[in-house]
Amino acid sequence: MIRHLLSGGDLDAGTATEILDTAAEMATVAGREVKKLPALRGRTVVNLFYEDSTRTRISFEAAAKRLSADVINFSAKGSSVTKGESLKDTALTLQAMGADAVVVRHPASGAPHRLANWLDGSVVNAGDGTHEHPTQALLDAYTMRARLGRLAGLHVAIVGDVLHSRVARSNVLLLSTLGAKVTLVGPPTLIPVDWAARAGVGSAATDADPGTDVCYDLDAVLPGVDVVMMLRVQRERMNDSYFPSAREYARRYGLDGPRLRRLPEHAIVMHPGPMNRGMEITPEVADSPRSTIVEQVANGVSVRMAVLYLLLGGNNR
Amino acid sequence: MACPPAAHPSPERQPSVKVILASADVQRVVDRIAHQILEKTQGAADTVLLGIPTRGAPLARRLAARISTFEDVDVPVGVLDITLYRDDLRRHATRAVGPTQLPPGGIDGKRVVLVDDVLFSGRTVRAALDALNDVGRPASVQLAVLVDRGHRELPIRADYVGKNIPTALAESVKVTLVETDGADEVRLCGGTR
Repeated sequence: MIRHLLSGGDLDAGTATEILDTAAEMATVAGREVKKLPALRGRTVVNLFYEDSTRTRISFEAAAKRLSADVINFSAKGSSVTKGESLKDTALTLQAMGADAVVVRHPASGAPHRLANWLDGSVVNAGDGTHEHPTQALLDAYTMRARLGRLAGLHVAIVGDVLHSRVARSNVLLLSTLGAKVTLVGPPTLIPVDWAARAGVGSAATDADPGTDVCYDLDAVLPGVDVVMMLRVQRERMNDSYFPSAREYARRYGLDGPRLRRLPEHAIVMHPGPMNRGMEITPEVADSPRSTIVEQVANGVSVRMAVLYLLLGGNNR
Repeated sequence: MACPPAAHPSPERQPSVKVILASADVQRVVDRIAHQILEKTQGAADTVLLGIPTRGAPLARRLAARISTFEDVDVPVGVLDITLYRDDLRRHATRAVGPTQLPPGGIDGKRVVLVDDVLFSGRTVRAALDALNDVGRPASVQLAVLVDRGHRELPIRADYVGKNIPTALAESVKVTLVETDGADEVRLCGGTR
C-alpha cells in the first residue's frame, strides 16, 4: 500500500481502481442520517495551504471529518510564514504536534515531495504549482466512471491552458494508467513543448506516444470524444501573453452551445473549477445537464475520503 | 489461516482437517434456521435479514429464499459491511471496504437479523452493531450464525445457531459456500488430534 499520494503516476491500475471502488462506498455515507464513519478516529489530518483554495480545502476537511479524524487547518496567511518561517520548519512543527497526514497545497512545484522526505506521516498533494493535483484526477476519473460506466477505452479531450495546469498533468498520468486515451487541445503556446513533440505535432516529430495526442484544433476533436474537460485559463500564472486576446481565445477554444451540440450524444463536459464563465466555457454549457461540474465537487469528498482511508486506515508502516 | 482441502490425505504430523458439515448438512442447517426465524418472529413480518460480508451475504439470501418457500413471505435482504467499524483496523494493512446495501424499505423500526458464517470472538458482531447504529434504528436486532465455535471475547450470543462446534484456539473453522467458493462445506482445520 502506498504511503503518500504525490502524483497521479504514483498509482498503478489496481490501487487506482481500489480507490475508486472505495470512494463509491464512501459516497453512500452522504445519503445516511449519520454522515460519519469511525475509521480514522484519533488520527490528525493537517490541511497545509500556502495557496488560496475553496473547494479543495473544504473537500479535504469534510472528507477527514466524515472519517472522524481531527482536522487542523493551516493557511499561510496569518501564520508564522509571514514572519519568514521556512517550509521545513513549519513541517517539523506539524510533526511535533503529531500530524498523521499532511494535505499540502503549495505554489512551488515539488513542495509536497520535499515534505514527504521530512515527515513521518503521510503526505497528500493537494496541488503544487503547475505540477500535479492527483486527487482532482481521481475525482475526475470517478465522475467519468460514474457517468459513462467505464474508463478503459474512453477518449478524453483536455482543453485549454494545459501548460499551467496541474489538473491536466495528473489526469494524463492517471487516465493513461486506467486505459483511457487523452487528447490535449489548446493553442500551441499553452501546450508543453515536450508533450507536443512526443505526440508528433509541430516541428519536432519524433517517436509518437500512442497514449496521449495533441491537437491545436478543438472543432476537429469534438465529434470523437466521450469526455471534454475544460481547463481554467490561469491568468495568475501567466507572465507573458500566451494568446492575443480573451475574445480570440474564447472563440477558438471556448466551449459554447454550438460546440456542445457537435459532441456525441453521450459525451459529458467537465471542469475542475473555478470557472471563468464566458472565457473557456459559456454559462449555457456550464449549466447544461451534460455538465458534471457540480457532481465533481460532491464526488471530490468521497474520493478524498477513500484516499485518506487507504493512507491512514491501516497500519501501513 | 490456510486450510488444505478436506480430500487431501493427512499423514502423520500434518495438521488435521475434519469435515463438520457436508453440502447436504449445510442445506439442512440453513433450512432449520429459516424455520426457527419464522417461529421466533411469528411469521417474519417486519423482519430484515442483513448479511455480513463475505459469506454472511449469500447466507442471508439463502435464508430469505427458504423462508419464502416455507411460508410465502418476502423478507427484505441487505448487506452490511463492517470494515470501517472494526476494532483492529490499525493492526493490519488497510483493508478493502466492501459494499453496504440496505433493502429499499430501510431498517428503521424493523426487526433486523444479522447473518454471519462463524461466530468466534464476537468482535465482528460488535462492529456490526455499531454500523447498524449509523444506518438506522431497528426495533430489535437478532443474530443468526451457521457455526458457533466458542471463545467469545465480548458479551455476545447468537439467537440462531446452525451448529455448535467445540474448538481449540489453535484450530480454525473454514466455511465455504457455493456462491463464494464453489462448494458448501464446513471444515475444522489445524491443531493436533
